[in-house]
Amino acid sequence: MMQDLAMHMLEIIMNSIAAGASLIRILFIDSKAKDEIQIELEDNGKGMSEEMVKRVTDPFTTGRTTRKVGLGVSFMKGLTEQCNGVFDVKSQLGVGTTVYVSLQRSHIDLPPLGNLGEMMMAAIQGNADINYQFTYKNDSNEFAFDTIEVRKELGDEVPLNEPQILLWIRDYINEGIQQAKEEQL
Amino acid sequence: MKSLEDLKKMREEALKKVEMREGGKDYRVVVGMATCGIAAGARPVLNKLVEETAEKNYNCVVTQTGCIGMCVYEPIVEVYGKDGEHTTYVYVDPEKATRILEEHVGKGHILEEYTVDAAKKAEAR
Ligand SMILES: Nc1ncnc2c1ncn2[C@@H]1O[C@H](COP(=O)(O)OP(=O)(O)OP(=O)(O)O)[C@@H](O)[C@H]1O
Ligand SMILES: [Mg+2]
Repeated sequence: MMQDLAMHMLEIIMNSIAAGASLIRILFIDSKAKDEIQIELEDNGKGMSEEMVKRVTDPFTTGRTTRKVGLGVSFMKGLTEQCNGVFDVKSQLGVGTTVYVSLQRSHIDLPPLGNLGEMMMAAIQGNADINYQFTYKNDSNEFAFDTIEVRKELGDEVPLNEPQILLWIRDYINEGIQQAKEEQL
Repeated sequence: MKSLEDLKKMREEALKKVEMREGGKDYRVVVGMATCGIAAGARPVLNKLVEETAEKNYNCVVTQTGCIGMCVYEPIVEVYGKDGEHTTYVYVDPEKATRILEEHVGKGHILEEYTVDAAKKAEAR
C-alpha cells in the first residue's frame, strides 16, 4: 500500500500537523554499520493520554469522523513487524508525541527510501506556519535542514508554501542527502 | 549546489507573487492528504501540482485537506472556483493533475471524464 518509507513518514508527520504542533523534528539515520534504519518523529502537538497511546496502533482508533479506521500509525507499526524492527510511541497530553521506528536495513521486505525532499515539501505545503527540523545521518555524514534558517533568509512576508520556495526546499534537501550519501562512498 | 544564500535572491520575486495573490486567486486546488490519499499516490500528485503552478503561474493556490470520506476514489483533487462551486476529480495521477490545471484552472473547462460523477456512473453500468 505505502510504496516507500518517505510515504510512511509523511503519514506520521501529517498526524503531528493535525495535532496542532508548532515544531516537528524529523530524524532519519541510515546505518550500514549497524544494519539499521532509525526514524524519529517528534512533535509538540496536543499529545495523547496513556490510554490513547496504548490504542493508537489499533486500526480502529481514529479521531476522524469521515471513517472508522485510522491507518497511518498501524501501517507504520506493521512495517516494523515485517522488517524485524521496533516501534514505539511516547506521548504526553499537552506536551507532544514522539514516534520511534527502527528497521533492519538489509531486510528483504524493506521498502525503498523514497523521496525525502518531496516528503518535506508535502509536509510544509500542508502547514507552512510550523517549523520543521529535518536531519539525515549515515555512518559518516549528516545533513540538516531547518525551516527557521529558511525564514531568516526569506523574511516574514514570504510564506514557505510559495510554490517556488517549496520546490527549492525539495531540491535542497535531496541534494544535501545525495551529497551525504556520495561522500560516504 | 544549492545554498541558503539562494533564498535571498528568490525573496524579491516571491514577494511580488505574494502581493499579487493578495488580490486573490480565482481557483483553489485542494489535494486529499490523509493516509487514504497518501497510500493511493497523492504525494506525487501534489508534487506535480506545485511544480506546474510554479512554472506556469496558474491562477490558483494549491492546498491540502484530510479525509473527505470517499477513500476508494483517492487520490482526490477538488477544484474550487471563486463563486464557491467545486468539482471533485478522482483517481488523479500526475498526468491528470497536469491536465486539470491546464483545462480547468487555465481555461475554465471542467474535465467531466475525471470527475467523481463520471466514476460513479461507470461503476453503475
Ligand atoms: N502525533 C500525534 N499527536 C496526537 N494525536 C495523535 C498523533 N498521532 C496519532 N494521534 C491520534 O491517533 C489517531 C490514529 O492515528 P492514525 O494515523 O493511525 O489514524 P488517523 O490519522 O486518524 O487516520 P489516517 O491516518 O488513516 O488518515 C489519530 O486520529 C489521533 O487521534
Ligand atoms: Mg494519520
